[in-house]
Order: sequence, then C-alpha cells, then structure tokens
Amino acid sequence: MANLAHETKAIYVISYRELRKFIREKSRILGTMARPILWLFVVGGGMSRLVRPVGGVNYIQFIFPGMIGMTILFASIFSAISIVWDREFGFLKEILVAPISRLSVVVGKAMAGTSISMLQVLILLIFVPVLGIKINIPQFLLLFLSSGMLAFSLTCFGILVASRMSSYEGFNIIMNFLVMPMFFLSGAMYPVRLMPPFLREIAYANPLTYGVDGLKNILLAGASGTPMGPEYPAIVDFAVVSGFLVVTAVLANLSFRRAA
Amino acid sequence: MSNISVNSLVKKFGAVTAVDGISFSVDPGEVFGFLGPNGAGKSTTISILCTLISPTSGEASVGGFDCVRDADAVRRSIGIIFQDPTLDNGLTAYENLLFHAYLYGMDRAAAKKRIEDALELVGLSARKNELVRKFSGGMKRRLEIARGILNYPRVLFMDEPTIGLDPQTRNMIWEFIRELKKNTGITVFMTTHYLEEAEFCDRIAIIDLGKIIASGTPLELKAGLQGDTLKLSATDPKGLEAEIREKFGMEPKITDGGITLTVKQGDEILPALIKGLSTSITAVSMTRPTLNDVFLSLTGKNIREENGDPYGPMRSYARKNHGGH
Repeated sequence: MANLAHETKAIYVISYRELRKFIREKSRILGTMARPILWLFVVGGGMSRLVRPVGGVNYIQFIFPGMIGMTILFASIFSAISIVWDREFGFLKEILVAPISRLSVVVGKAMAGTSISMLQVLILLIFVPVLGIKINIPQFLLLFLSSGMLAFSLTCFGILVASRMSSYEGFNIIMNFLVMPMFFLSGAMYPVRLMPPFLREIAYANPLTYGVDGLKNILLAGASGTPMGPEYPAIVDFAVVSGFLVVTAVLANLSFRRAA
Repeated sequence: MSNISVNSLVKKFGAVTAVDGISFSVDPGEVFGFLGPNGAGKSTTISILCTLISPTSGEASVGGFDCVRDADAVRRSIGIIFQDPTLDNGLTAYENLLFHAYLYGMDRAAAKKRIEDALELVGLSARKNELVRKFSGGMKRRLEIARGILNYPRVLFMDEPTIGLDPQTRNMIWEFIRELKKNTGITVFMTTHYLEEAEFCDRIAIIDLGKIIASGTPLELKAGLQGDTLKLSATDPKGLEAEIREKFGMEPKITDGGITLTVKQGDEILPALIKGLSTSITAVSMTRPTLNDVFLSLTGKNIREENGDPYGPMRSYARKNHGGH
C-alpha cells in the first residue's frame, strides 16, 4: 500500500465532509438531539411514575443506555443513507472517479457515521449528572469505545442497505420496517427477558440488543441480576458487537463494490 | 502517441447495445467532440473512458493506460465535468474543491494554492466561502470546471458541458476551454448535441445508434457535402440563368426572382460570378452547410435540440429544497 497516505487523506475528507455539513446545519443538530431528550424526559418521566425503581435504578436511568443506542442507531443509519442522496444528486460520481479504492470510500462513510454518532453521544452524556448516574473516567472511556464500535457497525449495516437502494423513496420503508423494530426490540425501552416469547426471540437476534446491553453493563452494573440491569456478561456483548462489526464491514464493502 | 485510444468498443445493457463497436483516437492537445442525438451512446462512451463502467468488449485507453486493467492510473490522469451537476450544495465552493484535492492526494499547501488559482481562473474567488446552494447554474458549471482541472489532468472529459446554460455563460466556457488548451496543451474530449459547440472542436466524430458514422474536422465533414448554396436575385432570372450556363458552364435553378446554385468553394466562385456577369444582380447570398446538414445527409434525420435530462428540472427543484442531503 504505497498509497496509504493518499487513501488515509481520502478517508479523512470523506468523513470530514459529512461532519462539516452536520455541524453547519444547526437545525439538524437540534432535530436529532430532540428525539432522545423527548423519549428520556417525556416518555421516561411519565413511565417512571408507573414503574418502581428496581435495584436502585429508576425507569429514566434504565432507558438511558437505550437512548444512547437509539441515538447511535438513527445517526448511523441516516449518515449511511446519504450514499443514496449522493447517488441521486450525482456527487457519488465525483467520489467514484477519484483515484481511491472503494474500500476507502466505505471506510470514509463509516467513519463519518461514527463521528456524527459519537458527537451526539457526547451531547447526550451531558444529562448523566441530571439523571443521577455516576460514571468515572474508565467507565467513560469504555462507554466511548462501545459506542464507537456500535456506531461503526451500524453505519456499515446502513451502507449495506443503502447500496441496495436505488432511490430515496425506500427510506420510509427502511425506517418503519428495519430501524424502528430494531430500536423497539433492543431492550432499550423494556427488558428483553420480560418480552413475550416470540418478540424475545427476535430481540435475541437483534445485534442492537447486545449493543444496548453492553452500555447497560457500563452504566447500570449495580442493577445486575434485576430486570433493570444488563442481561449478559459484558464479554458476550463485546463478542457479539465485534462479530457484527466484522460481518457488516465485509458485507458493506462487497455490496458497495457491486453497486458502485 | 494518442492520448485516447478506443478500439472496437462495445457496451451492452441487457438487450440494448448502447455502444456498438466504435474505434477512434485522440491526439495530445486536441479538442475532440462526440456529436450525436440523445441516446446515441455518447455518455456511455465517456463513462467507460472515465472507468465508471466497464465495456462489454473491445479496448479503451486514456493517457496510455488501459481503462479496465489500469483504472487507477487513468483516474489520476483525467478530469471530468459530468452532464448533471455533481457538486455538494451543502458545502462552500472552496470546500468542494478541497474535497476534490484531497481525493486526488494533494497536501494542504499544494491544495490551497491550486484551489485559489482555479477559483481565480473561473472568476469565483470572491464567492469561495459561499454555499454552492446559492450559486446559479452558470456559476456551478464554472466551479465544476475549476474542479475538473484542479489535479492538472492530461485529458479533460466534458459531457455536454454547456447544456442548459445561457448563451453568455456558454461563450465564456468556450473561451475558457480555448485558453486552457493554448496554455496547458490539455486534451479535451467532449460530447455535445449542440451543433455550434461541435464547430469549436478540432475534430469530431458523429455518433448515432452507438456507431460512429463519420469523423474528421468540421470543415472536412462539411466539405463532403455537395457544397455551398449561392442565391442570386435579378430582375431577369431567365437571362441570368442563360448567362451563367453559357459563361461558367454551371447548372443554376431558377427560383422566385433569381437563381440558386450549388457549388464547392462558394466563397471563391461568388466574386468571379459577380465580376463576369453582365446581367444586373440585385442581391446575393451564400449558405454554407452546417453540421446538421452533415448529420441529416448521413442519417436522414435532424439532431434534436432538446434537454438531455428529462428529470433535470425536478432534480434541481429537489436540490434547492433538500440540498443539505
């Protein structure tokens, strides 16, 4: 790879472009941050009147890891879908005729989704003190790492989907039949082990379940063994998310290469 | 050695043969035009030469590099201006060029210098920090040209470079290409279905239904036709006709109030006619054949002058309203 410096530059500028545009559009930042805040304080606030705290964790605290997961899910998929926009508006051609490998394009896009997700996660972490959750530096670093892995894999998953979309019209279908079910069946809003058996099976097959559970392992470790706490050992969550990352990264590359 | 070399190139999309065994070559420093109606296979050929799609069979090379086996080397040596805009409306003019510079591996200092120069060249320096969304169609085109030459390409591809632009911008772009050619010796390969535009090219190939049906300089192609049409008006058309027959041995046709003649080199014959005739002539006119006449005589149809992209207006509407992606 004599061109490693060149490819790195390309990856950097592809992700920089998306981050630049995200930061430029204040309304988009507000819009994307409004969703988790609404869920957290309106839904979470209302539900916490019904649901008793278990293991020292109240309902708002319980859904906080899920809100991080949701933020990553939406930001990653939305960022990846920009490939469809780029194709529709011709910009993808500008990228495809450049003397860079298709791999760099996919990595650049994945890094873009990851950095936009991470930026939103950082904003969300402002609420940690308000919610009465305590995290120390190692926990913060672990949280950052797990969020990053989840964001990267979900963006690759999004690229995989976007490569197969020929127009933007499919976006609503993706949102309603893929993204929303992934969110609801991830243990973000209610513990997976308390779901009806049929839904539980689907939730177990959902990679986001393990991403959210990993975050619970970091943030709600004190409630382990209760319905409010994590379900799996952290190592299982880590293994599943890592596996998901490798598989989606490989598939995203193959499918983008075929589509481009 | 030629800068573009194409040999028996074929591209099929399913049952449709878009490019049907074409061969041609373009020399360094030439402005070569592909003239033909929409759907003739022009854009498909450009897409193959730019390594965006691979041919079904045949060979194509650009700058001495094979478009399939050595795609990366081809990409490094070309600049492209696509038919539809390919700018990011959510970025500024400067950022669009910076994106391009980094994709082509330039370092920050070199990129900055080249971007400033390119913006200066197309007259957009003053607006470099404005979002492209706010640019007019002509400004966007100029920015795309600046981007196309940013990596100092040996070959510049332009797919319908002036489609949908006002005559003023069109002339500006042509002036710019001429300057560029003079100063850098760049090779330009362009497609067009504007006849006036083809006249600017050093050499053109006329393409229809995926096949090259004629090629040469615009003059050569037009010389292949019967020639220029001369119209002479006179108060006595019959006397004029008889005199021309007698003195010049030509076969004029009598029309309303005069005669018409089809001759080669009308510009040389006309003065001789006027000098040698004693019948009084009230008006003269000469019409040279156009490339459309060439196309008409070869295919029996006109090159239609219509919008190349039926979705263009819709897309630019969508761009304006959701340009942020």
